Amino acid sequence: MSRPIPRPSPTEQPFYEACARGELKLQYCKPCTRFLFYPRTHCDRCHSPQLDWEQVSGKGTIASYTVVRRAVSEAFTAPYIIALIDLAEGPRMMSQVINAEPDALAVGHTVSVDFAAWSDEIKLPVFRLQGVPSEAGPSHHADSEGKT
Amino acid sequence: MAKTGLHDDCALIGMAESDVGIVPDKTPRELCVQVTLDAVRDAGLTLEDVDGLITCNAFAEPIMYHAEAVAEYLGWQPKHCVTVNTGGGTTFMAIKMAAAAIAAGMAHTIVIAMADSLRSHMTREQAMVVQSSSGHPHYEQPYGPTVPAYYALLARAHMDRFGTTEEHFAYAAVSCRAWASQHPKAQKRDPISVEDVMGSRPIADPLKVLDCSLVSDGGAAVVITRGDRVSGSKQKPIYLLGYGEGHAYEHISQASDLTTSAAVMSGQAAYADSGLTPNDMDLLQLYDCFTPALLIQVEDLGFCAKGEGGDWLASGISQPGGHKPLNTHGGMLSYCHPGNPGAMFGLTEAMLQLRGQAGARQLSGINTALCHAQGGIMSSHATLILGNEDPS
Repeated sequence: MSRPIPRPSPTEQPFYEACARGELKLQYCKPCTRFLFYPRTHCDRCHSPQLDWEQVSGKGTIASYTVVRRAVSEAFTAPYIIALIDLAEGPRMMSQVINAEPDALAVGHTVSVDFAAWSDEIKLPVFRLQGVPSEAGPSHHADSEGKT
Repeated sequence: MAKTGLHDDCALIGMAESDVGIVPDKTPRELCVQVTLDAVRDAGLTLEDVDGLITCNAFAEPIMYHAEAVAEYLGWQPKHCVTVNTGGGTTFMAIKMAAAAIAAGMAHTIVIAMADSLRSHMTREQAMVVQSSSGHPHYEQPYGPTVPAYYALLARAHMDRFGTTEEHFAYAAVSCRAWASQHPKAQKRDPISVEDVMGSRPIADPLKVLDCSLVSDGGAAVVITRGDRVSGSKQKPIYLLGYGEGHAYEHISQASDLTTSAAVMSGQAAYADSGLTPNDMDLLQLYDCFTPALLIQVEDLGFCAKGEGGDWLASGISQPGGHKPLNTHGGMLSYCHPGNPGAMFGLTEAMLQLRGQAGARQLSGINTALCHAQGGIMSSHATLILGNEDPS
């Protein structure tokens, strides 16, 4: 069993293309003057189809987090950190916080985006506690690590 | 009193449970067939007296047209036949749909039957993967969240906002186990302490294994009939006094509020529908898939102020001898949790208590019960208020 890999729809393609370049891009709804996430064909407030892709800061705060001690499948190696990140531009996203000690985590802690390869084609946004050096990859690699 | 009219004129007249816990000798379909027949028999009827069937699918034995396949297995051609799927909320949304079908003249008597075998007919990993597949396939699942992890996110947010502690959550598990220890069928019956919960194996911080519901086999069914068919029924009829539902989101990463759920919406609707209040509820049957879910429901359904669920649970009010008995069968934390059918056992227990048939654990002076179920990750909520006296 391998980690789930997104298979982007045409609507989602700009998000994943940006991730592959190391950029976090979100849809922006001009009538609502707000960003939204996840990618949609229509704004989830005014339902306008006029959504522009714009690069965002990649900064955010931890809205909540958990240290997963029992992995969901053999494709993941526990422990790993799942978090809900409130992006500086507004939307919330689920992600992993990588290279962090569980004791260093707290709701409200600031994080910044990084990108990790999930497959040859797909990179996903992950987050690091701000100020934590960034040299290693994601907290686990399905292909290189032992089974739980 | 703002009546919806859907359930003014119907009552629950039959119920059945299969063996629960570890039941390897039956498939989910066989369990579903068994509880269908047993519930109809409990009502003093035969299948010829029943013209509707509502089921939900089973993870361990998915069937494309589930209700139809169950009817076929029984050689039965009901007039109304439908499969419902709203996760853990399926149970009571199916009751609402049955009441609506009866009100609309689509059927007069409907059996609602559900069963699954997550314990014996799936591997542990299959059960975890299939349940975590409720996460968004592109924006949640790739990160490896488990279902306990989703609820851990809610727990952590509640701790941060209200000062709730891990011990507060533990009291929910202790309370359910105290009730289960009185139930001969419960999957887990050994009493546990807060220290036992705190010391149990970490699953997804702050949740330990004893904060998590069981993985079980089992099924249950109920029979609902139109008002003019209630009189003379074999069992004491149980009336639907109120119903409400609320749908806030599907995926937890889309929740606008991590600490208050759409149980507020469903509870308020059910109270308005019944003309009753939280104080009027003699018995609570809440959805305890994880201890924080139970704590949040206690608050959101109005049994204490927001943020005080931990103190409410720690007070012992929900435990045997307390005046708000909660999950008197032991809940999904200790009685059984076969997946989508999980809340059916809260309903069947409420029916037994309201009928006065709960045996050694029978409560005295029980006239009303609130049953709550939710699907997704605290996403879709359904609240059912039952009574044992004819409201009309």
